[in-house]
Amino acid sequence: MTEPALYILLAPLAAFAVMIFFGKKLPRGGDWVSLFAIWSGLAVSLYLLAQVLFAYDPDFCETRSIEWLVWGDFRLAAGMLIDNMTVVMLVVVTLVSAVVHLYSVGYMRGDPRYTLFFAYLSFFSFSMLGLVLAENLILIYAFWELVGLSSYLLIGFWYEKDSAANAGKKAFITNRVGDAGMLIGILLVLSSLGTVSLHGIADGVAAGKLGGGLLTAVGICLFMGAVGKSAQFPLHVWLPDAMEGPTPVSALIHAATMVAAGVYLVARLFVILSFDASVVIAYVGGFTALFAATIAVAQNDIKRVLAYSTLSQLGYMVMALGAGAYTAGFFHLVTHAMFKACLFLGSGSVIHAMHHALQHTGSHADAQDLRNMGGLRRKMPLTFWTFLISTLALCGVPLMSGFLSKDSILAGTLAFASEHPAHWLLPVFGFAAAALTAFYMFRLVYLAFSGTFRMGADAERHLHESPSVMIVPLVILSTLCFFGFYTLPAFNPTTPEGGWFAHLLPTPARAYGVAHYAADLSHETVVPGEAFEQVAPHAEHSAHGSHAIHTIAMMISIFVAGLGILIASMGYYWNRISPALWQRRLGFVYRGMYRKWWIDEIYDVTVVWGTLGFTRVLTWFDLRVIDGLVDGSAWLTRQWSRLSGWFDLRGVDGFVNFTAWFVGIWGRFVRLFQGGQLQRYILYTLAGVGLVLILSVLQ
Amino acid sequence: MLLSLCIAFPALTAILVLLLPRAQETLVRWVALTGSLVTFVATLAVLALFRTGEAGFQLVENVPWIPSLGVQWHLGVDGISLFLVLLTSLLTVLCIVGSWSSIRERIKEYHFFFLILETGLIGVFLALDLFVFYVMWEVVLVPMFFLIGVWGGPRRVYATVKFFLFTMAGSVLMLIGILYVYFHTTDPATGRYTFDLIVATQQSQFPMAIQTWLFLAFALAFAIKVPLFPFHTWLPDAHTEAPTAGSVILAGVLLKMGTYGFLRFCLPMFPDATMAFVPLISVLAIIGILYGALMAMVQKDVKRLVAYSSVAHLGFVMLGTFALNLEGLSGSLLQQINHGISTGALFFLVGVIYDRRHTRLTSDYGGIAKVMPVYATLFMIVALSSVGLPGLNGFVGEFLILLGTFAANASYAVFGTAGIILAAVYLLWMYQRVFFGEITHEENRKLKDVTLREGLTIGVLVALAIWIGVYPDPFLARMQPSLDLVLSRFHETGLSQVVIP
Repeated sequence: MTEPALYILLAPLAAFAVMIFFGKKLPRGGDWVSLFAIWSGLAVSLYLLAQVLFAYDPDFCETRSIEWLVWGDFRLAAGMLIDNMTVVMLVVVTLVSAVVHLYSVGYMRGDPRYTLFFAYLSFFSFSMLGLVLAENLILIYAFWELVGLSSYLLIGFWYEKDSAANAGKKAFITNRVGDAGMLIGILLVLSSLGTVSLHGIADGVAAGKLGGGLLTAVGICLFMGAVGKSAQFPLHVWLPDAMEGPTPVSALIHAATMVAAGVYLVARLFVILSFDASVVIAYVGGFTALFAATIAVAQNDIKRVLAYSTLSQLGYMVMALGAGAYTAGFFHLVTHAMFKACLFLGSGSVIHAMHHALQHTGSHADAQDLRNMGGLRRKMPLTFWTFLISTLALCGVPLMSGFLSKDSILAGTLAFASEHPAHWLLPVFGFAAAALTAFYMFRLVYLAFSGTFRMGADAERHLHESPSVMIVPLVILSTLCFFGFYTLPAFNPTTPEGGWFAHLLPTPARAYGVAHYAADLSHETVVPGEAFEQVAPHAEHSAHGSHAIHTIAMMISIFVAGLGILIASMGYYWNRISPALWQRRLGFVYRGMYRKWWIDEIYDVTVVWGTLGFTRVLTWFDLRVIDGLVDGSAWLTRQWSRLSGWFDLRGVDGFVNFTAWFVGIWGRFVRLFQGGQLQRYILYTLAGVGLVLILSVLQ
Repeated sequence: MLLSLCIAFPALTAILVLLLPRAQETLVRWVALTGSLVTFVATLAVLALFRTGEAGFQLVENVPWIPSLGVQWHLGVDGISLFLVLLTSLLTVLCIVGSWSSIRERIKEYHFFFLILETGLIGVFLALDLFVFYVMWEVVLVPMFFLIGVWGGPRRVYATVKFFLFTMAGSVLMLIGILYVYFHTTDPATGRYTFDLIVATQQSQFPMAIQTWLFLAFALAFAIKVPLFPFHTWLPDAHTEAPTAGSVILAGVLLKMGTYGFLRFCLPMFPDATMAFVPLISVLAIIGILYGALMAMVQKDVKRLVAYSSVAHLGFVMLGTFALNLEGLSGSLLQQINHGISTGALFFLVGVIYDRRHTRLTSDYGGIAKVMPVYATLFMIVALSSVGLPGLNGFVGEFLILLGTFAANASYAVFGTAGIILAAVYLLWMYQRVFFGEITHEENRKLKDVTLREGLTIGVLVALAIWIGVYPDPFLARMQPSLDLVLSRFHETGLSQVVIP
């Protein structure tokens, strides 16, 4: 199966290369190159899925690798790992990507960088597929950064807008913070286990080579990468801003696939997560789920509501994985990818129409503001219906895909809390977020689609449904929101009794637990390969309890979802409750929700200003202290040389000159006697003789 | 013969250039280019003849030069020097091509100095005789002094004098160190004192106190060249004032003389002292990483920003070297090459817009991605390679360095990763200010995209960056045996005598 997978991976890369170098010269800007690459990839992925489903083997796994880097005793392979999870991810990524490619043909028509957009989409698809196929942590990290790069490029695609350029930079840097933690985690793993391959790590942990506090540290460090990429609190700030990118990008990267990479990573690492690390992960996820939901309630930008909803849903998945509901968490990733991509593409359709209408009337109103919409249902029926279907799925209404996945997540957290009563907060996060989700989504639907259009009849005349190239993707994705595609043979695919998803992706045993278990029982070394099989008794034991919990969770979740929908309907459809009044009543709480709990401002004041202030100090230090020392010593040298120069002039040269002057004076004096005139010499001689005579006479 | 040719050919070309008539400017350029190309081909031949997997020196030449003093013309290449020599000859070719239109005055002298510079640099990396090494080390200084001082920017005199004096101060102490080593090394064949590096390394068994002083004497010279914090302030000035090609060669190769010196002299000859200085140098390296990055963040001049980023990158190199394990050393050596490629390319890129607008301030640009799309793409790739994005060269080097450092001392590595975050901040911020947004200056609307010549110059470096990023094994495989040899010496003398806290 590795050859088809290799095709899926490399086709978009080839498309990217073709588009970058020749795209502009090709007919239609070469969009068909990218489209062909991804749709053929989808076909191959579906073929792989069919094979996996027919094989129906939980232990299915194929690897293939080449040696990439050798240093000393370490051999780092570049390889791919294909198991059931990989195949499911391949289908999700290629499906959403293919549909978004198609949608972009309509949405991006007429953009001056149309070709480049498709090139970037292909590059993103390549990176994301590489991330899914990668067999070791370093390769995952490499593709992890590459998806980050494509995200950066696509968020800032309209870089003329400062907000877009800023958002791209913010996304990249925030992700880097998480990635730095992840890198440290990888270094920890590599230096203690000597391997980074996913299976090797699990085996190493199962053999007890890494455990205790260090294992928790590894789990949390690697999870930091997921916190960045899946936009969990406190690194969530980049995702809402990322909505500056074109809407197809938001649907593909910032809703369905890339942001789910963090969840995927946690799922991959599930086996090695220690209990403490799991609890941390569960709380981060649970808190994000509720926290983001509260913000989504108060936003007016259609894409921002959906962005915070994405944060919240990612929090759900992370919480599920942390609480041990492995299958449920991963299944939610799949269903969420479909309905959230559909919601974003639907919002894109709305924005497209709004933009068009507002442009025709010369209005500068915000095309994304819910307060400017209303009554779009009549003008855009297909968009409305697909949007409604995916909203129902997101809210977890029965018979929709979201119902299946969300329900089992909530059941999972409830089961976790019943086992560890100290963590009762987790299901509370979950249910509260579920209620808020239902509320804000229906608020959005009512504000956008029901009532009357709020920008005047003139603009309303120019509103019309999007072209079919954009509608077809909506229909495809909304169809996939129905439970029927996931359900057989058991009603809920995630139940251990007959659910195909649970069968193919069973909750793996905690590797470290196995090590302890085996060591306690027999004091023998554990054969790494057998590590996974020893969970079965534990899982079966809790199966009966979980059934009851499942029912309870289902009841509560239907109730809270209904409650959320009811309140939204009373506020925005029947107008029984005044939202404005409640905004005032909530006061501080509402302002907090509206201002995103001031997290951006807090980061500005602390991190950004702190760093810039510190650099100011450093600049001063560099210029005054270090260069001061350098220039100071140069100045000292100059002064010293000036001094010695003075001494040279006055002292040494002075003495020399004095000597010369002295000799000169004497010379001048003596010269008087040597005029060269014989008469004078005779005169001097006579005078001398006279003097001698006088002296001798006197004596 | 081949190695001597690699050194002699640029010098011969330089003399030929001097003999050409002044008015024949194009001829001068072509002769210089041919000369540098032939040198490049000669170094490629060295690469082809180099036997992978051997640790010792290869293609060795050893003839007496001044027998009475024990000076020998002793050359050889090993895994440590191989790629530095190749980098030198490649960058020289690119520099001459890159100066084609930007240097318009005193063309003869310019190329003369450039070729002499190449001679000195290749000589430094190939010399296996301390005397020859020192001569080459000083030979490098003179042409660089003139390249900055004559063809530089407005503050060129200050910059070049600062550069010269800084380096001079270091190399004088190194000379004392070399002489001390000389008087403690006897050639077993003749029984006389000798400058031979291999003999000196084998015989160096100095007591700890002497090692410490010798280490300091050598290390100061190297630390100034690297430059290690706090000896770095000559660098931003020199880089900013130097002409484009001067900055390229300065960052690309000259700084590596320092890091190479540590690997070639300090580590093998004074292993105990090296062990003792690990904490100090590692901390200085970390300060350099963070300090350089933070300073880079607030520079308004793009070239100055790149200069400070060099301080950060070289901090990584030093950190890896002083991890004293194979991962750290290979990463450090690979990162030296990477830095030459990425930073060299960055300086070329800055030169492109400087040639067009004669300003390097970010505030004079903005939104130019629209008018110069190819340039923007190249700049993006190079910036990302500097940031250490996987798939490009910087990642492999930084990863190995961090891995080695982590194994040696985990807390150093944690600080190092902070530098990786900051690298993204300063480069992307600068990129945004220069390329994104609306065009704010009318004169930028008419900017021409890169010419074929500029594109090729930078394209070569980009291709190398991708190659090392995707498949670094050919490079590492040639480096590692020699690095293992350095380390093996360590275990003999280093670990047995020094108690690791």
